[in-house]
Amino acid sequence: MTQSIVVQVGQCGNQVGCRFWDLALREHAHVNKNGLYDEALGSFFRNAVLVDMEEGVVNEILQGPLREVFDSTQLLTDVSGSGNNWAVGHMTYGSAYREQIVDKLRKAAEHCDCLQCFFLIHSMGGGTGSGLGTRVLGLLEEEFPEVCRIVSSIYPSAEDDVVTSPYNSVLAMRELTEHADCVLPVENQSLVDIVNKIRQMSHGGKPGSAIKRDSAVISGQGGLSGAEKPFDAMNNIVANLLLNITSSARFDGSLNMDLNEIAMNLVPFPRLHYLVPSLTPLYTLADVSVPTRRLDQMFSDAFSKDHQLIRADPKRCLYLACALMVRGNVQVSDLRRNIERLKPSLPFVSWNQEGWKTGLCSVPPVGHSHSLLALANNTCVKPTFMELRERFTKLYRKKAHLHHYLHVEGMEQSFFSEALGSLSSLIEEYHQLDATKGRLVPDAPRLGIAT
Amino acid sequence: MSIVTVQLGQCGNQVGYELFDVLCSDALEGQRRVYSAAGCERFFYQTTRGELVARAVLIDMEPKVINQSMSRAAKSGMWRYGETAHFSQKQGSGNNWANGYCVHGPRHRDAVEELVRREVERCDRLAGLMAMMSVAGGTGSGVGTYVTQCLRDIYPKSFILNHLTWPYGTGEVIVQNYNSVLTQAHLYQLSDAILVHENDTVHRICGQLLNIKHISFGDVNRVIAHQLGSVLQPALTADSRGLYGRNPLGELVSALACHPEYKLLSVCTIPQVPSVSMAYSTFSWPSMLKHLRQMLISNTKMEEGIDWQVRPPAGSERTRSLAGSGFNRSLANLLVLRGKDVYSAETGGFEDPALYTSWLSPEEAFNSWKSPVPFNKYEKCATLVSNSQALLRPLDNMVGKAWNMFASRAYIHQYIKFGISEEDFLDSFTCIEQVISSYSQLH
Repeated sequence: MTQSIVVQVGQCGNQVGCRFWDLALREHAHVNKNGLYDEALGSFFRNAVLVDMEEGVVNEILQGPLREVFDSTQLLTDVSGSGNNWAVGHMTYGSAYREQIVDKLRKAAEHCDCLQCFFLIHSMGGGTGSGLGTRVLGLLEEEFPEVCRIVSSIYPSAEDDVVTSPYNSVLAMRELTEHADCVLPVENQSLVDIVNKIRQMSHGGKPGSAIKRDSAVISGQGGLSGAEKPFDAMNNIVANLLLNITSSARFDGSLNMDLNEIAMNLVPFPRLHYLVPSLTPLYTLADVSVPTRRLDQMFSDAFSKDHQLIRADPKRCLYLACALMVRGNVQVSDLRRNIERLKPSLPFVSWNQEGWKTGLCSVPPVGHSHSLLALANNTCVKPTFMELRERFTKLYRKKAHLHHYLHVEGMEQSFFSEALGSLSSLIEEYHQLDATKGRLVPDAPRLGIAT
Repeated sequence: MSIVTVQLGQCGNQVGYELFDVLCSDALEGQRRVYSAAGCERFFYQTTRGELVARAVLIDMEPKVINQSMSRAAKSGMWRYGETAHFSQKQGSGNNWANGYCVHGPRHRDAVEELVRREVERCDRLAGLMAMMSVAGGTGSGVGTYVTQCLRDIYPKSFILNHLTWPYGTGEVIVQNYNSVLTQAHLYQLSDAILVHENDTVHRICGQLLNIKHISFGDVNRVIAHQLGSVLQPALTADSRGLYGRNPLGELVSALACHPEYKLLSVCTIPQVPSVSMAYSTFSWPSMLKHLRQMLISNTKMEEGIDWQVRPPAGSERTRSLAGSGFNRSLANLLVLRGKDVYSAETGGFEDPALYTSWLSPEEAFNSWKSPVPFNKYEKCATLVSNSQALLRPLDNMVGKAWNMFASRAYIHQYIKFGISEEDFLDSFTCIEQVISSYSQLH
């Protein structure tokens, strides 16, 4: 069995990570009646590393029921936080703690027989997750160049209360583009929308609309932690994303999808590695007399814009590649049937008309009979990135708050211009691909053989 | 003489298991001592306790499939794999041919060579080696190619047959066409003959002929095993003078792959019926052979939907074309007939010069093997192994899609990361285009 190491950085990263561990334990407890911490889980998630530059969140974890899962050698904390300043996280703490971070990563890696992947969880808008998180990403590439790096990044909404979040996000974006193998971008606003939709559904009062306990993708019920905290609902969605993406490696299935295979099949060009996630179903209805949502509906939902974890409509843009990870009692023939059915309405780039990567895992998530995670390499990320660039430029034009950054040792103005340049060229690459959409691209002329 | 089989990757290990299962149960069926002894000797050896052990080596870069195949074999009670005749790692090849060929292959070369050597030394006389793999993934394709290369180096005088499974056209792995092109370009220089089964074709056989509702990979693999088994089990050949042939791979290669440019072989078997219908079906050699001949000419790979309008062109009309008239020209054919009244079967239809290229006489182009022993519960069974244009269209499609992807350089960085270059890709494309051109030009 291969192992992965989860590295959670910053307040958001640690809160999401916390939800992830809680739900993972719940999932394995469900499958393995013997105990909470079974072999499959233990061997897969060999050591997490938790990093935060203030102690609040990590301390809470250590006092909560998850204290059994972690020990202090896996933690790295400081007291004063990064003040929502990417430069402080990346440069100041990055340099100060470099040795310790590398040390903890090495220790975690040593416990692994066969380390396949690092999962980094962080947010883009703040200082620690964004700055220190991307510094850690760079270290992972330096120290473990052959191990896949999958990053789960939470992007701020437009109405984010951190004024400098556009700066932090764009500075972090450049690091992601250059050092990550895959990025799973998640927008806070999409999470909010999904939470509201589910809450509306469960409070709708329509007969037969009660949601089955534990089944909502936002629910943490049944896990170790007791009461729900604010943001828990949103964080549970991201936690479920990570659970689903690793399900094939933790459980058996008839068509396994390794994490390496995800990067291989979904990333046709090194910089275009932003994979839009979507999860279905969002909940299961509690009333058993209501027929279970048809399997095919689940496939259709995966492509609807309401289920995407960023604000985007992939059906209107161009697919470069798409992965479908199915869990539960679903057969190859169901998979093929649905792909045939949906293909005509999904625009794929000319050189990848059959660009599907599929996986079947036999164990469904808790509370569901089957589920689907779709990861799309799609040009619909372009508008998101363009909006981000606009917010950045609005501040940068006026040089607002710039001095906070430039005061930090090691930080220079060129970082800003280079990060902006990197983002712009990324947008341009997506733009070029978009331009081919709908155009009838002739087949490339084949090599001629002299006869 | 014995054949040593090397099963590579998930597909190779799953199909290989079904193959040995069919070979064993067919060999042990009924009171057919000479046939039984010959079949067992060819594919199995006996331990001191009388157990039949397959002459096979199982290779994969992750352990699950090998474990499954080995335990299923052991459960059969009739045969098993050698306890130590396998090699696996913990982490797969990530669907990446270059990872298989450049990294895993060389890294584990010694261990694999050692395992094969042990099986080869166990044989009184080696008839040859058969490597089984798919072309779509990373291990079967990449490691499989590397292993074939090693075998060619160590056993330069032995016959090497590669059995390939081509993936579904609509795909399960996005980069399958790259992996296919790279694999086959390399194998073309190393292998003596390349025998191909296409998942799409076998899937249709399962659905339309065998009436299976929810087709699984197990069903597909059993059809492949049946077809392959019907070729490889003992038979009387022209050279064998009344005894079962001792050199099946050698005779297969010399019958079919007489020219280095033409090594692709396809297989067709008739009849294929659900086992519940077998008691109610009657088969006659004339009818079976007539259907098989038309299947060959019209390039239909199963006995449903045959186009009876297709005819070989008259002598003066020999034209070069990819698939203009629908007529499938052959270079060489081998017919393997098994079962009741086999000596009365008239094979003259396959000796018609109109079926073949002009530069081989029908006597050279056509061969037949016979065995009076029924195979795998079929009272009569006819298998045609062809070196013809039958695989041309699917191969051309594969290359076309791969080339379109290559023109955009999509995914190339993933391969370069592991040590092959754009030049290597171009070389492989050139090689396969040459093969396509040669087959298209057959006249």
